[in-house]
Amino acid sequence: MNILRARPWIVPGLAIATVLSLFDISTYGQTESALTQTEPLDSNLEAVVQSIEQSRIKAIASAIRPTVAVFGNGGEGGGSGVVITPDGYALTNFHVTSPFGNHMRCGMSDGKIYPAVLVGVDATGDLALIKLLGRNDFPVATLGDSRQLQVGQWCFAVGNPFLLATNLQPSVSFGIISGIERYQYPAGTILEYADCIQTDAAINPGNSGGPLFNREGELIGINGRASFEKRGRVNVGVGYAISIHQVKNFIGALRSGRYVDHATLGATVSTDDAGRVRISNILNRSDAYRRGLRYGDEIAEIAGRSIRTTNELKNVLGTLPSHWRVKVKYRNADGLNETLVRLDAVHSNEELLELVQGGLPGMAPEPKDQAPKKEDPKDQEKTEDNEDSKLKDVNLADLSPKPSLEWKKWYIEKDGFANYFFNQWERQQILSKYRESFGTISPNAVWQLSGKWVGDDRVVELTLQDNKIEFSKGGLSQSIDPKQGISKYISKRNIEGLPLVLGLWRELMLNTGNAKGNLLDNALYLGTMPVLGNMTLHHVLELQISDTKMWAYFHPENGQLAAIELYGDEDDDPVEVYFDQPATFQNHSFPTRMRLQFGVEPTAVFLLEQANFANTPASEAKPEESGS
Amino acid sequence: MIRIMTFSFSLCLAYQWLLISMLSFEIAVAADGDSKATPWLALVRNVQEKVVKIYGAGGVARLESYQSGILISADGHILTSWSTVLDADTVTVVTTQGQRFEAKLLGMDPRLEIALLKIEATDLPHFSMQEHPKPDVGTRVLAITNLFGIATGNEAPSVQKGNLLAYSDLKERRGRSGVIYQGPIYVVDAMTNNPGAAGGALTDWNGNLLGMVGKELRDPQSNFWLNYAIPIAELRAPIAALMEGKALAATNVMPQIEQPHDLIDLGIILVPDVLNKTPAYIDRVLPNSAASRGGLAVDDLVIMLNDQRIDSQSRLRSLLQSIDRADSLDIMVQRGSEIVPLKLRRE
Repeated sequence: MNILRARPWIVPGLAIATVLSLFDISTYGQTESALTQTEPLDSNLEAVVQSIEQSRIKAIASAIRPTVAVFGNGGEGGGSGVVITPDGYALTNFHVTSPFGNHMRCGMSDGKIYPAVLVGVDATGDLALIKLLGRNDFPVATLGDSRQLQVGQWCFAVGNPFLLATNLQPSVSFGIISGIERYQYPAGTILEYADCIQTDAAINPGNSGGPLFNREGELIGINGRASFEKRGRVNVGVGYAISIHQVKNFIGALRSGRYVDHATLGATVSTDDAGRVRISNILNRSDAYRRGLRYGDEIAEIAGRSIRTTNELKNVLGTLPSHWRVKVKYRNADGLNETLVRLDAVHSNEELLELVQGGLPGMAPEPKDQAPKKEDPKDQEKTEDNEDSKLKDVNLADLSPKPSLEWKKWYIEKDGFANYFFNQWERQQILSKYRESFGTISPNAVWQLSGKWVGDDRVVELTLQDNKIEFSKGGLSQSIDPKQGISKYISKRNIEGLPLVLGLWRELMLNTGNAKGNLLDNALYLGTMPVLGNMTLHHVLELQISDTKMWAYFHPENGQLAAIELYGDEDDDPVEVYFDQPATFQNHSFPTRMRLQFGVEPTAVFLLEQANFANTPASEAKPEESGS
Repeated sequence: MIRIMTFSFSLCLAYQWLLISMLSFEIAVAADGDSKATPWLALVRNVQEKVVKIYGAGGVARLESYQSGILISADGHILTSWSTVLDADTVTVVTTQGQRFEAKLLGMDPRLEIALLKIEATDLPHFSMQEHPKPDVGTRVLAITNLFGIATGNEAPSVQKGNLLAYSDLKERRGRSGVIYQGPIYVVDAMTNNPGAAGGALTDWNGNLLGMVGKELRDPQSNFWLNYAIPIAELRAPIAALMEGKALAATNVMPQIEQPHDLIDLGIILVPDVLNKTPAYIDRVLPNSAASRGGLAVDDLVIMLNDQRIDSQSRLRSLLQSIDRADSLDIMVQRGSEIVPLKLRRE
């Protein structure tokens, strides 16, 4: 196991470190004195050197401020982390937080210790999101672009190696990017480092979860692993960081308070004699199969990145969250094809829970029977004393019991969640923003919509009411009764999909008080996902409605409903409706352009002309009269 | 197992030089700006392209099946470390561009622990073998290696940065560290000498080849791992000899001899030949034989016979078939990590 969580004991191999540091002192130490002793050099050159030196000092100073030392509640080891939002969201490694349970303590270079609560966990990618509490103006790291990195660029790691930051001042180590797009195999199926950054900046136990910055002080990765073989658990010039590109893909999912998972294509590949990556096995229930990928097809590109080796495929998939729908280019007898594929999850929910809660291999879970000990009032006093004298070194042992129970306000236990509080929190934000833009809802109102399908001049009228969805075109009327099951309508793959989706959405919007209507307010927040392979990430809510599953996509900025996907039978493509061009009808904002789609081919586009969201069932008016 | 090793580091620190190299470091840092192809990044890419990954035998008993190599001609001559990795029927070379080649072993020099490989290619980027001024202590260096086999598939080898700490002699007293090379080395402060790094390039920050990264080396008493490279100046002449095909060709057409040597006649009994390529370890030496007179000892491993590489018992037997009994034999054995040359002669 090459992960780097530090424990608070003397690290074997200290002798090596001492010998090497002797050399360091003799070389660098002399350099410093040489700089002051030697005659002045070319003044321009000196100015250049000075300015570079100053910019580096500045970058390091700004990088130290958002870096945190992560400790457990009983002083049982720890690691590093980095704050990325002013309200305290911070990144660290799953293998750092794993033994600490749902809350921990974070020291910053301001000399203060902040309580922190676990938000979300990505065990597969060894990432955890935590939230520091107590401030809304935390110093934050600027996120860089790790896709632009090149071998040879300068970088530096900041963190808490060997738990040295007992005075809460992090250590800095300087190095270069030794390699990019590296793949480091998982332990079993978790802790996979795909598409990661390799550096020779010293990464030691305790640096785990801490930031790797580029020379400008932008966050480019989360350090978490190193290659060790025979020299003990100390840096041997090879450290690995999770790329910030991958982290950005997962932040939305992590903020949902879930145990998130990584993506798989639902197919295995192998490299043929000509070096092409070909499908060697494919699940016929996978979306990849539905989109036409078959045994023997060559994978050319996934999510905009070309695939030339199986490692590259693992690198790309390893950086994507489960269920993302991404562009895939593949080659078969017909030539090069482009499609969209919904990626599966690596684990089932049960598997993932078992892995996350089972503790890490080689690491004892936090002993539960010692919990009462933490309530010892003496220990609590000791801690308080220590925090009062901020500038004094904090003894690790004194980091034990924190009287603050602040974290409890930010934590809700629920099966299958790292912290259900944040799922609820995010969902409320999304729904209140959407409801605000939609306008006040009239209970039990019948929604009457009219418009035309593109390419058809006949007026289409939709009348949506409880358990009854009616639609008519040119005098011919049809109706859907959702009580009779919904998935059979999905299987039909026809234009009934649109009234079905709109009718269900109306029920979700209106019935906020009764048992059925609470669906929306109890929806599962999945995090952020691309829409149609477009990387503007949208918030996604998941709801179970009768025999179907609905995913509703909300725009990250304006909060508008952007799309709904309705999944029926496992083998069927879902109904997809994309909403666009909102207009206002009686103070309700509603899209006027709705595109219906199954698979990747658009089925039809509906243009809304009139809408009435406030008709009472008793005074059911005719569509002509109900226009706004 | 007692192993004592002495490294005489001549840490003569040239202050002026350090200052200048520090400045070049800062300027290099300055050059590494936002634009994609700065001179510094181009230089790093350039030296990476002259290093190859080598895959061969191993993968068992803590023996890696991979190492590094340095391109030294446009036609595909590769300098590498001589190791068990090369004891494979097929040795594969992968370039930074991801091209794969089957390599031919042109020759090896066991005393320097180097081997020369050849791949069939042209116009390859390569290091010049021309003389450079000896680098001063304090010179900034880059190490480009396939350490830990991290770079898989078509990935480029790893790059590390550091300084020359010392130019010194590697002397092992009663050496049993597994390293045979004895002679001058560059000691560096970067953690270069890891599994798979042997055969990689050590360059200065102008991209000049300074040395070949050596094998892993640990002092068991202090548990100190030495990071070092063999200076290219030490290897220039032996490489030239290998390139001219003078020394140690791996395969030769063997003439038929009427009265050739054989093992029993020489007084040599090898360990049982049970593998496809059983190493030529001496199991017994018969008394009053050419072998006993010549100083051959039990557990010696025969690695060379008349400047021909011996990789197996069958190779030793077939080569003996080509040498007349009247001729004496120049034999080289590995005894522990020492290389011992012996002369065997029938009476």
